[in-house]
Amino acid sequence: MNEETGPGSDEATGPGTPPGPGDPPGPPESAPPAERRLHPITPLRRAWAPVALLAGWALHDPNSAYRHVSDLATGTLLLGLGVLLPAAALYGFLSWWVTHFSVTDTELRIRTGVLFRRTAHIRLDRLQAVDVTQPLLARFLGVAKLKMDVIGTSSKDELAYLGQAEARALRAELLARAAGFSPEEAGEVGEAPVRELVRVAPRMLAVSLLLTATTWLSLIGALLVPGFLWFATHNLWTVLAAGIPLLGAAGARSAGRFVREYDWTLGESPDGLRLDHGLLDRSHETVPPGRVQTVRIVEPWLWRRLGWVRVELDVAGSDNGVLLPVADHVTARGIIGRVLAGAEVPGEFVRPPGRAAWCVPAWWRGYGLAVTDRLFAARHGLFHRTVALVPHAKVQSVRLKQGPWQRHQGVADLHVDTGASRTVVAHLRDADEAAALLRDQADRSRTGRRTAQPDRWMTGTATGGGTGSGTRSGTGTEAGTGQEPGRGAGGGTVPGADGVFPE
Amino acid sequence: METGSGTAADGPAAGGTGSEGPSGDPVWTALPPGLLVMRRLLLVAWSAGLALVAGVTLGVLAGPAWALFALVPLSVLPWGWPLLGRNWRSWRYAERADDLLISRGVLWHEQTVVPYGRMQLVEVTSGPLERRFGLAGVQLHTAAAATDARIPGLNPAEAERLRDRLTELGEARSAGL
Repeated sequence: MNEETGPGSDEATGPGTPPGPGDPPGPPESAPPAERRLHPITPLRRAWAPVALLAGWALHDPNSAYRHVSDLATGTLLLGLGVLLPAAALYGFLSWWVTHFSVTDTELRIRTGVLFRRTAHIRLDRLQAVDVTQPLLARFLGVAKLKMDVIGTSSKDELAYLGQAEARALRAELLARAAGFSPEEAGEVGEAPVRELVRVAPRMLAVSLLLTATTWLSLIGALLVPGFLWFATHNLWTVLAAGIPLLGAAGARSAGRFVREYDWTLGESPDGLRLDHGLLDRSHETVPPGRVQTVRIVEPWLWRRLGWVRVELDVAGSDNGVLLPVADHVTARGIIGRVLAGAEVPGEFVRPPGRAAWCVPAWWRGYGLAVTDRLFAARHGLFHRTVALVPHAKVQSVRLKQGPWQRHQGVADLHVDTGASRTVVAHLRDADEAAALLRDQADRSRTGRRTAQPDRWMTGTATGGGTGSGTRSGTGTEAGTGQEPGRGAGGGTVPGADGVFPE
Repeated sequence: METGSGTAADGPAAGGTGSEGPSGDPVWTALPPGLLVMRRLLLVAWSAGLALVAGVTLGVLAGPAWALFALVPLSVLPWGWPLLGRNWRSWRYAERADDLLISRGVLWHEQTVVPYGRMQLVEVTSGPLERRFGLAGVQLHTAAAATDARIPGLNPAEAERLRDRLTELGEARSAGL
């Protein structure tokens, strides 16, 4: 990432830069961008580091830690605390003092590090998603974390903490710049209007978790294993050592998921999808158009009677993998159509030939493949069914694999690799069919890319930058560029919103 | 099947059209024989070395009859020799107009297609042993970590030509994510 970030990196954006009405008159780097600091509450968070280090050591080796502490005289202990606490405070303050960030025309720059300097230049045109998260404590204090998801960014590259309003404003500015607004406009564009698409009812979420087999299995395991251990050893410590992690895992699977996925709201805006969720920790993710690499429809066995599915998605560089924790079939299909810019979920899947049963008995019936003009869709699973959808434009490489036994049966697997490090496999296709698929998929991937939306989604260079296929079919390029002043001037309202959001 | 790297000259000349046969089938390029020579030499050296060590230690410590176990590593030779040949023959690649094809493996066959526009990075690697035999490998990286596209055992000149051509085509057709 870094070698591309010199002052001359503007040209790297190439044809993607907006021809826009307000092009900067001078060279963009003429004035150094204003550097900003994080919220002054941040030192408190950083100050935990030395304390956490000590606590970790004490937990890791409690016996020797206790011995060391009891060896010390009270005076030494107080002295230690007297040194440690100011040192922690100083460290916290210093790390806050040296951390700066700024937004340039092409990058978000973060400069940090007390001893080891670290400068991250994160390119806006590579932006995959923006996350604003608020842990429980941060909600009370009115601060938030902001992270730009670009391939390769880690938790070090998040801006923690910013004031709540500042985080929102920064997100809006980053998205506006990444969308292709000129720097003058980007500051005033403001938040893009959000239209709510789905809100998952807490009751539905609770029922769906109760109907998940892994919830019960982990709970039963957490109760049975300590019981057996008690009968076997009669040692309380063994039971606790085994029981607490198991209970913790069971809790994370049920209650933890409920808390995380509570009030799951999916919205749509010109800047892409908005995912807001969380009961205690709130998290707000924005995924710009055309960033979704794969979508998976997961259908656990117990949900099938209710017609419910979970929809997962992969965005390169993002941690969140859920689009909808639970939804009925029809809603899920509608949402997927919007997320994948109008692509329809195929209904019919073609099974592998019958001789595939010699490779994978019984379960081969769960395998299926459907290729439409927009999507590569593979299904697997007999009870716990999963359908993985890959837009052709997102395919990074295609691989055909055939082992000796598969060759004997005349079948082969087709692997489709996407940018989010997710590989979708069409299992056990007829060998000739797989070879043809391999050839055609490469072509489809190329042509699919040509018609895909531009990286700077508001510039409308390809087929009119909008949010869905409705925009494309209805209005075309004029609407794509016509949107810009609308959103720019309104700062929250889009004139002619009907054109942007059909229905 | 053709052998040798005959397309080293016509590759760049083909420009954007790529090399495809009249029927649209890709024109495959096989690996130069250097890799096979190196692998077979390694096989012989290892099995001979193992046989020697096994023969001497067993002969000294357990008795001369036990030294016959030294034949076990040697018996790998007649089995491994043709196997290496088959594996080497199975490696081939084709530069098409818009993508690179790599085919490899006999028992576990794998064929990879990487569109030029998806390439993020092309690297030429050559270990000390490979350098001694005048070999270099080309490794392609896309945004997908699972993409395993490498061509081992090329002539260094061909590897560099391939790298330059792939980089050039990748820039021209750049598609990113």
